Amino acid sequence: MFPELNNLLNITPDRAEQGKLTLLCDAKTDGSFLVHHFLSFYLKANCKVCFVALIQSFSHYNIVGQKLGVSLTAARECGQLVFLEGLKSSVDVFFRAQAEPHPLQFLREADAGNLQPLYEFVRETLKPMDDGQAAWRCPVLLVDDLSVLLSLGLGAVAVLDFIHYCRVAVCWERKGNIVALAHDSGDGEDKENDILLNGLSHQSHLILRAEGLATGFCRDVHGQLRILWRTPSQPTAQRDGSLTYQYKIQDKSVSFFAKGMSPAVL
Amino acid sequence: MAAVATCGTGAGSTGSIVATTSKNNVTSFQRKGPRASGTDSGCSRLVSIAGTRPSVRNGQLLVSTGLPALDQLLGGGLAVGTVLLIEEDKYNIYSSLLFKYFLAEGIINGHTLLVASAKEDPADILQELPAPLLDDNYKKDLDEDICNHQTPDSNIKMKIAWRYQLLPKMESGPVSSSRFGHYYDASKRMPRELIETSKWHGFFFPEKLSSTLNKEPCSLTHGYRRLLQFIQKVIYEEGFDGSNPQKKQKNILRIGIQNLGSPLWGDDICCTENCDNSHSLTKFLYVLRGLLRTSLSACIITMPAHLIQNRAIIARITNLSDTVVGLESFIGSERETNPLYKDYHGLIHIRQIPRLNNLIYDVSDVKDLAFKLKRKLFTIEVDKHN
Repeated sequence: MFPELNNLLNITPDRAEQGKLTLLCDAKTDGSFLVHHFLSFYLKANCKVCFVALIQSFSHYNIVGQKLGVSLTAARECGQLVFLEGLKSSVDVFFRAQAEPHPLQFLREADAGNLQPLYEFVRETLKPMDDGQAAWRCPVLLVDDLSVLLSLGLGAVAVLDFIHYCRVAVCWERKGNIVALAHDSGDGEDKENDILLNGLSHQSHLILRAEGLATGFCRDVHGQLRILWRTPSQPTAQRDGSLTYQYKIQDKSVSFFAKGMSPAVL
Repeated sequence: MAAVATCGTGAGSTGSIVATTSKNNVTSFQRKGPRASGTDSGCSRLVSIAGTRPSVRNGQLLVSTGLPALDQLLGGGLAVGTVLLIEEDKYNIYSSLLFKYFLAEGIINGHTLLVASAKEDPADILQELPAPLLDDNYKKDLDEDICNHQTPDSNIKMKIAWRYQLLPKMESGPVSSSRFGHYYDASKRMPRELIETSKWHGFFFPEKLSSTLNKEPCSLTHGYRRLLQFIQKVIYEEGFDGSNPQKKQKNILRIGIQNLGSPLWGDDICCTENCDNSHSLTKFLYVLRGLLRTSLSACIITMPAHLIQNRAIIARITNLSDTVVGLESFIGSERETNPLYKDYHGLIHIRQIPRLNNLIYDVSDVKDLAFKLKRKLFTIEVDKHN
C-alpha cells in the first residue's frame, strides 16, 4: 500500500471502513497501481480477501506485492487470500468440459450468459467460518477488472447484476468491502462500457479515477488522480467531497502532489 | 538503452526472490535470481534457453522480436508469455516484414515456430524469410569463441575467456550483430538448410475447414476455435507448458498469427460496424493469453486494425493485448510527397507496453518515431522533423 494514498484517503489499515463499494477507474492510462494498493492494504488490515484477477497472472501480483510488503503466497496458504486466476482457469474451462459449474462458465456459452457461478464462488469464499479459527476482520472482494467481462461476451447488465448481488452478500450481509476496477474509454465509443461505468458510479461510496494528463506524456508526472467521496443512499444530503492530485509512479511507491507542484517543476 | 545481462555479476540487481509455482505449471513469470557467481554452470539457469535473456528491470525472460531497434523500444525485448500485437499498415507491407523478422529470429535461435495464416500457406511464408546478416565482425567473434574452446591447456586463460563468453554481446550498432537480436537482409532469402533443420508447425485455415469439429456451442467463430485447439495441442504435446511428463521442453515456442480479424478467418469484424459475434475476437485473445501465460511461448499477431469499424472493439483489443505497436506507412497518403517525410517510409507508434511484475515500465521518452526500410536494415529513428 502506498502511505501517501492512505493519507489522502484518510484511512489506515487499523481503521478500515466497512460496507463500502470503491470504484477504481482509469481513462487513457493504466490504473492497475490502485489495485496493487488496495490488495496490499486489505491484506495488511487483516481482512479476508477474495481476489478475482482476470487480467494478469498470480506471480505478477505476488512480485509487486512483495515490493509493497505483503506476501501473496503466504496469505494464500494461510487462507487469508483466495485467488481466482482468470487466465489460467480460462484455459481449463475452455478446453475441458467441467464436471460442476466453474466460476468462469460463461466462457463456454454461446450467447450472453450471466455471472451466477462467479457470484456463488464469491459468496462461498467469503462466508463466515463456523469453527471460529483465525477470525479475519471483514471480507473484501477485489475484482481486476470488470471491463474485460464485457469483452468476453457478457452484457453490461449481467455485470451490474453481479455487482449488485455481491454488494448484498458482501457489503450488506457481512459488512465487507468491494473494490472493482473498470476502464473508461473516454470518448463515448463503447456504449456497454459506459453503461457499466455509470451504473457503478452511482452505487459507489468512493471513486478513484486515474487519468492521463490532458497535455500528453510527461516523464515526471504520470497522471492525475481524482478522488470522489459519495453517499449513494442519500444523494442530495450533503455535497460530495472531491480532490484532485497528480502522481508519479516509482519502483516501490507512488508519490502524490497537488496539481502543478511536481518536484520536477519546482 | 542497452540492457546488460546480469549473469556472473551477481547480487543486487534482480534480487533473489523466486515466485513459487505449483509443480505442474511452468509460468514464464519466474524471478530467476542469480546464483553465486563462479559456479561451474554459473548462469545456466538464466540463459539456459537459447535466444533469451532476462530483463534488467524485473528478471522477466525476454526474446528478441527480430528487430533490435524495436527490442530497445520495448524495454529489451518481448517478454515470454506475452502477445505482441501489430496494427497493420494500410497495404500490409511493413507489418508482414516485422512478422517475418520475428519468425526468422526464431529459426536463427533454434526456437520452435507455429505459423498460422488464412491467406498464405505457412510453408510459403517460411520460404520468404529474410536472410540473417552475418558480417565479418560477428564471424570474427565466432572464430574467437571456437579458438577458446579448443585450448584447454592454460586454466587461467580459459577462465577469463569463459567469463566473457557468458556475457551476451551488446549490440553497438547496425554493423555488428549480437547473440540476442540479429539483423536481416530483406533482399535475400534465408538459406533452405536453415529452414529445413528448424522445427515448425503450420496452420493454414483453408485446409482445416473441411475437418469435423465437435459441435459444442461457443461464441467463437470456427476459425478461431480451430486455431486455439491447434495451439493448445502443440503446447501440450511438445511440452511447452511443463505438464507433459514425457517431454521436458527447454525451448521457446514462437507463435505467429497473420491478419487476425480479417474476413478470411471467417470473422466479420472488419466488414460491418454491428457484427453478430463481436466477442469472438476478444474471447480468442483472452484464451490465447491464458495459454501463453502458462507456457514458454511468445506470440506476434498482425491485425488489420484500420479496417475495424467499431472503435470500441479496438480499445478492447488493446486492453487484452500486452504490447501493441501500430505502423502507419506513407504510401498513398499525402505525406508521401511531403518534403518533411522524404527520408522515411512511415511512422511507428508504440501504443502500449505492459507493466509486468512491476509498477513501472521502461518507456522511451521519445514518442515521434519513424521507420525506414533500406535494403539491409529496418531502422527506427526519432522523427527529426516533428
